[in-house]
Amino acid sequence: MALGERDPVTGYLTTGHEWNGIKELNTPVPRIVYVFLSLTTTFGLIYWLLMPALPLGTTYTKGLLGYDERRVVERAVAHAEAERAPWHEVLDRQDFASFAADPAAMQEIREAGRLLFGQNCAACHGIHATGNTGFPNLAAGALNWGDRPEVLQQTIRVGVNSDHPESRTAQMPAFGQDGILSRPEVDAVIAYVHDLSRDGTAVSALAHPAGARIFAAQCAACHGADARGKADVGAPNLTDTTWLYGGDLQTIFQTVWYGRQGHMPSWEARLGARNVKLLAAYVADLRTRQP
Amino acid sequence: MDVISNLTMDERRRALLILLVMALVGLTFAAAGHGDPIAVHGALVLVLSLALAFPVMGHLYDPEPSIERFNAYYDDPSKVGVILTFVWAAFAMFVGDWVAWLMVEPTWTTGSAWSSFGRLRPVHTTGVIFGFGGNGLIATSFYVMQRTCRVRLPDQLSPWFVLIGYNLFCILAVTGYLLGITQSKEYAEPEWYADLWLVIVWVTYFVLYMRTLARREEPHIYVANWYYMAFILVVAMLHIVNNLAVPVSFLSAKSHSLFSGVQDALTEWWYGHNAVAFFLTAGFLGMMYYYLPIRAGRPIFSYRLSIISFWGITFMYMWVGSHHLHHTALPQWVQTLGMTFSLVLLVPSWGSAANALLTLNGAWHKVRDDATLRFMMIAAVFYGLTTFEGSFMAIRSVNALSHYTDWTVGHVHAGALGWVAMITFGALYASIPWLWKRERMYSPALVEVHFWLALSGTAVYVFALWNAGIIQGLMWRTYTENGNLAYTFLDSVVAMRPYYIARALGGLLYLLGALAGCLNLYLTIRFAAPATEAASRKPLRDGLDDAATQPAE
Ligand code: HEC
Ligand code: HEC
Ligand code: HEM
Repeated sequence: MALGERDPVTGYLTTGHEWNGIKELNTPVPRIVYVFLSLTTTFGLIYWLLMPALPLGTTYTKGLLGYDERRVVERAVAHAEAERAPWHEVLDRQDFASFAADPAAMQEIREAGRLLFGQNCAACHGIHATGNTGFPNLAAGALNWGDRPEVLQQTIRVGVNSDHPESRTAQMPAFGQDGILSRPEVDAVIAYVHDLSRDGTAVSALAHPAGARIFAAQCAACHGADARGKADVGAPNLTDTTWLYGGDLQTIFQTVWYGRQGHMPSWEARLGARNVKLLAAYVADLRTRQP
Repeated sequence: MDVISNLTMDERRRALLILLVMALVGLTFAAAGHGDPIAVHGALVLVLSLALAFPVMGHLYDPEPSIERFNAYYDDPSKVGVILTFVWAAFAMFVGDWVAWLMVEPTWTTGSAWSSFGRLRPVHTTGVIFGFGGNGLIATSFYVMQRTCRVRLPDQLSPWFVLIGYNLFCILAVTGYLLGITQSKEYAEPEWYADLWLVIVWVTYFVLYMRTLARREEPHIYVANWYYMAFILVVAMLHIVNNLAVPVSFLSAKSHSLFSGVQDALTEWWYGHNAVAFFLTAGFLGMMYYYLPIRAGRPIFSYRLSIISFWGITFMYMWVGSHHLHHTALPQWVQTLGMTFSLVLLVPSWGSAANALLTLNGAWHKVRDDATLRFMMIAAVFYGLTTFEGSFMAIRSVNALSHYTDWTVGHVHAGALGWVAMITFGALYASIPWLWKRERMYSPALVEVHFWLALSGTAVYVFALWNAGIIQGLMWRTYTENGNLAYTFLDSVVAMRPYYIARALGGLLYLLGALAGCLNLYLTIRFAAPATEAASRKPLRDGLDDAATQPAE
């Protein structure tokens, strides 16, 4: 091997090899590399001594500190449970009326409720509960199933058209698709429904007498003769300006021709009775606070 | 076609045989796999192999190439590889920016399944890592191994098999995602048949590298080859173990992994982090160890440092995969090992970065004037930055904040945009004039533009996501006085919007830079002035006989 030459810039010798013009200096490894190598390795070894670290067949070294992540979490959860126990008492025992009278409880309901709602309900109902097409506005306007807190609690608990055994059922039949009404009949009744919110039942009936007749025969059973809806079957009020799917002719046609069965999940199994109650109180409170 | 006529008659015959066998396999899947998406892939393989088989047939009886060829390195596969690298860069970075905008405005899809976020995201990751990065590695490795061994590739068929076969794998992967074919392992999404194909290609690659090394005319193996070898060898091992799976049937694209539960997670991240180590680090360090000293005209700062860094990285990386699974069902002792090895790993990582930067001593004026060398310098800086950040994030308590947040994505892109892509672009801009025997790139100004677009794009991207990630992490762990979480997950999503916009803009800058590179490549091949005889010898003595007259010792 040829002897290395001296690099004029750094003053170090090369290793004497060359590849396609590339040479290497024989510079010793800088001391700092060894320093950091020992420091990090020492830290690692000490950490291994203190913490769970090495496998021993079916078990492992537990470490001198006896730190166990699982137990740390279990303890933290137990601690939080204990801290919140008094508040859970309040939630479980008091009824909706006494919440409203208890500012401390209301404060907690607003805070915890906002969080629960944001994590579980906002994806469909919107972060401010103002709804989206097909997902009702819960913060304001009429609700199909009623808006007393107890009713809200029931809706949230069992859901609508969900697989909960007590689920509420909302069935808006597919009048066109299933051949219950002909195309001209559907056109007539949707014209009548379309004008209800603007003109009221009487005026709209004058403008669309055929539609009004069909409505009385086919729709009134659920939506009521006055078209103001029936909370026991979840049939919406068709005379107000709150629409779940939309109040333009095209959307009403879609609704009546193809039917609607909105799906609201049941939350009993997932959130538990206490949180369902809290959410009902939260939604009810939200509604009272809307302008 | 010159490229085909330059193969020997025997190589042409063998190429045709391989292509016909592939066409037959494709036909079988296409015909028998009716109803299954695998049939689409069968048809694709059939069409692509026939498209290559026809020109080979047309030139089957061309005369044998001149024996003059043995006096030169075999660079045709590297040239095609360089072009493919740029094509993949443009395609995959475009898809990357598209998915970035989807996170700002989720409705910007065509509405059909293929354009959903979940399918486009792996198209981007596979496209950049394997398409862009992999082709860059293969193209430069052929180039580097010949020069540093001072020997021509042992044959002309296997490099083509590796390059084309590898790209076929990438195409199967990317089209598969669009069709909904995936085994749902991050960075290892392709299904069993694509995986098997890659094994064949990769073993050929390994054998080719070994044969070249075995024939070398230099007494010693240059360090770049150590890194390339580690890349090829370990990626083979990772790929095989992580993809062990049983197909539902031989005519179905679906398979089931051998692993499940936490074992699966650990195998996946052992694979995943070593993909970072040996694909995204070792391979590109090999690239750096060749192109940086050549371009700077300086000797490597320390041979010894390069050796201890090599063994340090190789040994330490094997253990750190579990830092991707901190605070999960993975037993805590495994997390401990991942964390402590990650900390030690910082030392050899910085050793490599420092070795690169110290090599530039005496050449800093060139860094100032030459954007190509500056690409490589900045790459080394980002390599140091990313590995520091990585070791920091591997600490369990830091990871509790960073995990699941966009900080991880910021870290990845400091590595991917700042290190991997910058070193690749630097190496490509150095190789292109040498490969095509041009005086220089057609437009050095355009290289300069690319450099600044790439640097500003990376900076915008990484700063945006550092902020985003830390804000997310903090929002998810902030409690009110009453012990309720202060923010919902949706609150944190809403808070991300400005950062996602910034990220998408940063990505756009980076994409524009890559497109400038594509344009420059085209202009250089078509219009740049050919190198004069003297220039083609400097800085590289490019012909074999030429090198032989100037012995290395
Ligand atoms: C069997 C009971 C029933 C009958 C009969 C019925 N509906 Fe309904 N309708 C409902 C229910 C329940 C809903 C709410 C659907 C949901 O929540 O998804 C509804 C919803 C609607 C809506 C959508 C309101 C909105 O806010 O977007 C319209 C419009 C409507 N019905 C019109 C009619 C008309 C017109 C008829 C007669 C042709 C009719 N319905 C007959 C039960 C009925
Ligand atoms: C998957 C979407 C979805 C989610 C999540 C969801 N809801 Fe609903 N919710 C609906 C739909 C759809 C309806 C309308 C059902 C119908 O057609 O009558 C509804 C109706 C309701 C109603 C009755 C409204 C009325 O008009 O009487 C209440 C109250 C309600 N949701 C509360 C909640 C709460 C509280 C949560 C969170 C725990 C929640 N929802 C989560 C979809 C959803
Ligand atoms: C010392 C070196 C490095 C260490 C210790 C390290 C460590 C880490 C850690 C702790 C994470 C986050 C894991 C999580 O919380 O999910 C991570 C993610 C990642 N890093 Fe690094 N990193 C290093 C270098 C690099 C480099 C150079 C790259 C090159 C691009 C890179 C690419 C990635 C990728 C792609 C991910 C994302 C994985 C995912 O999809 O979740 N890392 N790394």
